[in-house]
Amino acid sequence: MAVKRPEPTMKMGGGRGPGSRPPRGVKGAKIENSGKIFLRLIKYVGKYYWFHWIIVAICIIGSVLANLQGTLFIRTLIDAYIKPLYESTHNALGEGITWGLKIVDGQYELAGRADYTGLLHAMQRVAIYYALGIVFAYTQARILLVITQGTMKRLRNEMFEHMEKLPIKYFDTHAHGDIMSLYTNDVDTLRQMISQSMPQMFNSIITVVSTLIAMIVLSVPLTLLTLAMVGLMLFTSGKIAGLSGKNFVAQQRNLGIVNGYIEEMMSGQKVVKVFCHESKNLEDFKELNNELFDSAYKANKFANIMMPINAQLGTVSYVLCACVGGVLALGGNFGFTVGGLVSFLTLNRGFNMPINQVSMQMNSIVMAMAGAKRVFDLLDEKPEVDEGYVTLVSVKKHMDQIEPYYEETKERTGTWAWKHTHQADGSVTYVELQGEVVFDGVDFGYTDDKMVLHDIKLFAKPGQKIAFVGSTGAGKTTITNLINRFYDIQDGKIRYDGINVNKIKKADLRRSLGIVLQETNLFTASVIDNIRFGKLDATYEEVVDAAKLANADTFIRQLPDGYNTILTGNGANLSQGQRQLLAIARAAIADPPVLILDEATSSIDTRTEKIVQDGMDKLMKGRTTFVIAHRLSTVQNSDCIMVMEQGRIIERGTHEELLEEKGKYYQLYTGNTASA
Amino acid sequence: MVKTLLKQVKEFKRDSLLTPCFMILEVLMEVLIPLLMGSIINDGIEKGNIQHIYLMGAAMLVAAVIGLFAGAMGGKYGARAATGFAKNLREAMFTKIQTFSFANIDKFSTAGLVTRLTTDVSNLQNAYQMILRMCIRAPFSLVIAMVASYFVSPRIARIYLTAVFLLGAVLVTIMKFAMKYFSQLFEKYDALNESTQENVTASRVVKAYVREDYEIKKFQKASGDVYDLGVRAEKMIILNSPFMQATVYTCILLISWIGAHMIVSDELLVGDLSTLLAYCMNILMNLMMLSMVFVMITMSMASAKRVAEVLNEESTIKNPKDPVMNVGDGSIEFRDVTFRYDEHSETPVLDHVNLKIASGETIGIIGGTGSSKTSLVNLISRLYDASSGKVMVGGWDVREYDLEALRNQVSMVLQKNELFYGTILDNLRWGDETASEEECRRACRMACADEFIEKMPQGYETIIEQGGSNVSGGQKQRLCIARALLKKPKILILDDSTSAVDTATDAKIRKALAEELPEMTKLIIAQRISSVQHADRIIVMNDGKVDGVGTHEELLANNVIYREVYEAQTGGNRDFDENGGEN
Repeated sequence: MAVKRPEPTMKMGGGRGPGSRPPRGVKGAKIENSGKIFLRLIKYVGKYYWFHWIIVAICIIGSVLANLQGTLFIRTLIDAYIKPLYESTHNALGEGITWGLKIVDGQYELAGRADYTGLLHAMQRVAIYYALGIVFAYTQARILLVITQGTMKRLRNEMFEHMEKLPIKYFDTHAHGDIMSLYTNDVDTLRQMISQSMPQMFNSIITVVSTLIAMIVLSVPLTLLTLAMVGLMLFTSGKIAGLSGKNFVAQQRNLGIVNGYIEEMMSGQKVVKVFCHESKNLEDFKELNNELFDSAYKANKFANIMMPINAQLGTVSYVLCACVGGVLALGGNFGFTVGGLVSFLTLNRGFNMPINQVSMQMNSIVMAMAGAKRVFDLLDEKPEVDEGYVTLVSVKKHMDQIEPYYEETKERTGTWAWKHTHQADGSVTYVELQGEVVFDGVDFGYTDDKMVLHDIKLFAKPGQKIAFVGSTGAGKTTITNLINRFYDIQDGKIRYDGINVNKIKKADLRRSLGIVLQETNLFTASVIDNIRFGKLDATYEEVVDAAKLANADTFIRQLPDGYNTILTGNGANLSQGQRQLLAIARAAIADPPVLILDEATSSIDTRTEKIVQDGMDKLMKGRTTFVIAHRLSTVQNSDCIMVMEQGRIIERGTHEELLEEKGKYYQLYTGNTASA
Repeated sequence: MVKTLLKQVKEFKRDSLLTPCFMILEVLMEVLIPLLMGSIINDGIEKGNIQHIYLMGAAMLVAAVIGLFAGAMGGKYGARAATGFAKNLREAMFTKIQTFSFANIDKFSTAGLVTRLTTDVSNLQNAYQMILRMCIRAPFSLVIAMVASYFVSPRIARIYLTAVFLLGAVLVTIMKFAMKYFSQLFEKYDALNESTQENVTASRVVKAYVREDYEIKKFQKASGDVYDLGVRAEKMIILNSPFMQATVYTCILLISWIGAHMIVSDELLVGDLSTLLAYCMNILMNLMMLSMVFVMITMSMASAKRVAEVLNEESTIKNPKDPVMNVGDGSIEFRDVTFRYDEHSETPVLDHVNLKIASGETIGIIGGTGSSKTSLVNLISRLYDASSGKVMVGGWDVREYDLEALRNQVSMVLQKNELFYGTILDNLRWGDETASEEECRRACRMACADEFIEKMPQGYETIIEQGGSNVSGGQKQRLCIARALLKKPKILILDDSTSAVDTATDAKIRKALAEELPEMTKLIIAQRISSVQHADRIIVMNDGKVDGVGTHEELLANNVIYREVYEAQTGGNRDFDENGGEN
């Protein structure tokens, strides 16, 4: 294949697992504004769990201190207890026995009188410190677990809530696999960051600062020497991290390309077979796979080398301090003592350790930053704006005056009205919901520079049926997307019962519109819940009635669990026709005054098609209907047929009128007749 | 399973062997350096021996350099071995999949194969590197420390041994429980994914019914479940560390106590005690490391199993030993063919089908969904093998042909077709790699694809996006037909390949095929009567059986199903011309 493959974008499918994801965000070795993202992340994590964090901080300090006591104990054990014990027994004239260990075996009988009480007390003390250390460490881990899992849950919920508010455009312009991996892969990168990197960093800072102070007190020159070595460690780590990072980016890119190729070829595997393209594919794949290997090898190599280099630089630092310190101490300069040197060397070890640990956390921090950036990008997406203030309310209609009078009521009367609170004077008027839709000179484009609909004018009286015909891409579906305001128009006006749709609250507007799309989306839930999606509080009887109206009742009853059968994978266990019937039932139960129907495509066989058609016909009765027509029967009895071409309505009228006009409609109609 | 996978190490055997060697060298240095450090303090500083400090310092530097070298080499070879192993696994699977029959692919599903090639391989790569670097290192280091402490004091070594076993048992128990919760957690993750996916794909439905809040509640339940199980699983994991610490601390206290007594009774030297305490830390750290490796291996076992499944799968369709390389003509015969996708299913997909099609005939196939039209034609190019009976092409059983030779002569346009990333010409040349641009244009003219291609800004050089997302359904179908024509096959099968093309264009394509390629046998599966009614003969399929064969007029006269479909399509329910009249 001569063409250089692109950075892949995944359109379909579920990107589960880190492998199946194209590289996103990691454009350079550094993520822009990583400082800002880091602060935001800290703020986010801290906001809801500040109290938890305080306890974690106390626990960290506590366990650092307890560990310190433990370390001190081991150092003093020999000097303060064992040596004196040894001397006391060996200098005394040997008689008397020790207690305690005689039971184990009789080896100690010749030992001198030894007083172990001092040691015992010291051990009891240190045992308490140890116990405290364990308690602190466990409490810390336990609380961090709540913070980590809790933050992840909160973040996911917040993302989802926000996502639900985003305009359709967001879903149009983002690959679905990418959106999905935000919830799994990207949120998961934060786990390591919160549960390990953050406390580790805090721990390291405390250790480094306290050790540093102690070192300065002991010896300034040696401290400078140690710091110089740390500088060297950081420098080399940075260099290696840079090399590793560069290759890491390359690896992610190549991984994305290979995964993209795999995705494409696996979904096209049957075509590959039919065209005997196997060997050619293998060649292409090998090439891409080798490139991936090269970059993955390099990235991992540098990452692996980092740890030994830092560890051994630590050793070098130790040796240097020992030699220089030895000269200083033995020369008696600067008032530096042998004891001081021993302590300093211990501190030197303790100083290098946390720096090593932090550098090991760098990788997970970088990954978490990349993940956090993508998550925040989603949260920063502008939600769908809704400046509408006209609401839909249930009313009682009183006909006792010349003008009908509407009284707002909480109960469901079956009569609905638009409650229009006028902004100028605050007065309220009610307009009965009838389903009159008017388009007046509407222009629309998905982007401002390319209009797809031009000067659309149409007028639908309540109960009328309007059909759209025309070729794919003529703009039929787009028009219906404007009525329920999935998109906003650039010019012109759309009125619903005389009210500009921009003034109507989106939720109320959409509630009054039923929609059956060509591609049916069902949810993982029981059949009954899927139908109830149209009306959440529908009773069982209502659901069955809706199913009967949609001709779905018969097949539902044949399912293993009838209405309680659980549908999975977008109703994968149903045929396309059956899914369509469920979608019709779903619309029927919502009982909207206005319907938007996109008729089914060709892949349904004729008999099922008849049943679906019949269900749709019943649903349309008495409602204003916009139908994107695929069948003559739908079109013929429409009140008005709109023939669309390239975003314009080129002809309009009833079936008979249009046939007489002998225009495009006539052509389509007769062309079809001729070949049929 | 492990053997299957290890076979794929291949040229990276050397790296795989060198890695643990270097890791062992690094461990030796790691043991040596603390000894030297102790010597600097005990024999150098405390005794005021500056020469000794220099000497030991120099020795430490040498050890550090060796340790650095060993660590770096271990890192390097480990990286090479692991990434190389991953590379070989991917390649081996991809190669294997190329030999798969349709039945094999159906078994694994496309999504399943993708996960195996991507996520599972990544998991195995990480696990392999971990095993090479840690699995040898940790036990080795553990053993060294144990042996060393045994030499210092067998009594104390016994304490370690007991501690190691006790702790090991505790850790294994914890892991077992944790794994149980983890596998439950993965299920909940699936539910979460499902909820997200549905809302991403069905965003229009959710918005149209104003069900955002309802869906949010549903999602919150799913994410709440993930939270609950996540906490429960990790609660087990974090138990590791207090047990670890408790064991280490108990050991330290015990050793101090017993050690003190032993020193007093001259059984132990003072210096030895500090060495023993240092080993204590070492032993238990390594144990912790091992438990981490253990978790990782357990978690990657699932991946290993899935990858091995692909590698061990045998293609259900294989080339015969002495294959027939030439397809004589385009005649097709079904001799009492019965076919099941699953051998154990009771009702066959095709039930005793007998058919004879002469070379050059145009055959229409019609029937409801599920009437096995596609299954019927799939047998002709041996995408599946018949369960019983014989499918013959050009007078030979299809099972005797070389697969490639057969499939090159039987060109199929699948119902669910795919275009691939690349220019239009690249895609067309799947049919014939050596086709000239003129030949490609000719094929496109026949498939009525030339007009829209020429309208595109880059014409035949226009890049088709992955999955063909930048062409419409009708355009895609016509490109696929053109691609199939470029094979210049003896038999062309169109499986509902013009469903998104308007009827007028559909007719034009059929006319072009009939006039320009009269000698080619054509099988046309369609939903529309208009697509098949001019065929020489039409086969009506019903429930896996041939319900009738004949011309349009014959079938109208004496086939009930055919008449019913015809009436449905010409009456009120006639197909209105809309679906992609891009012309």
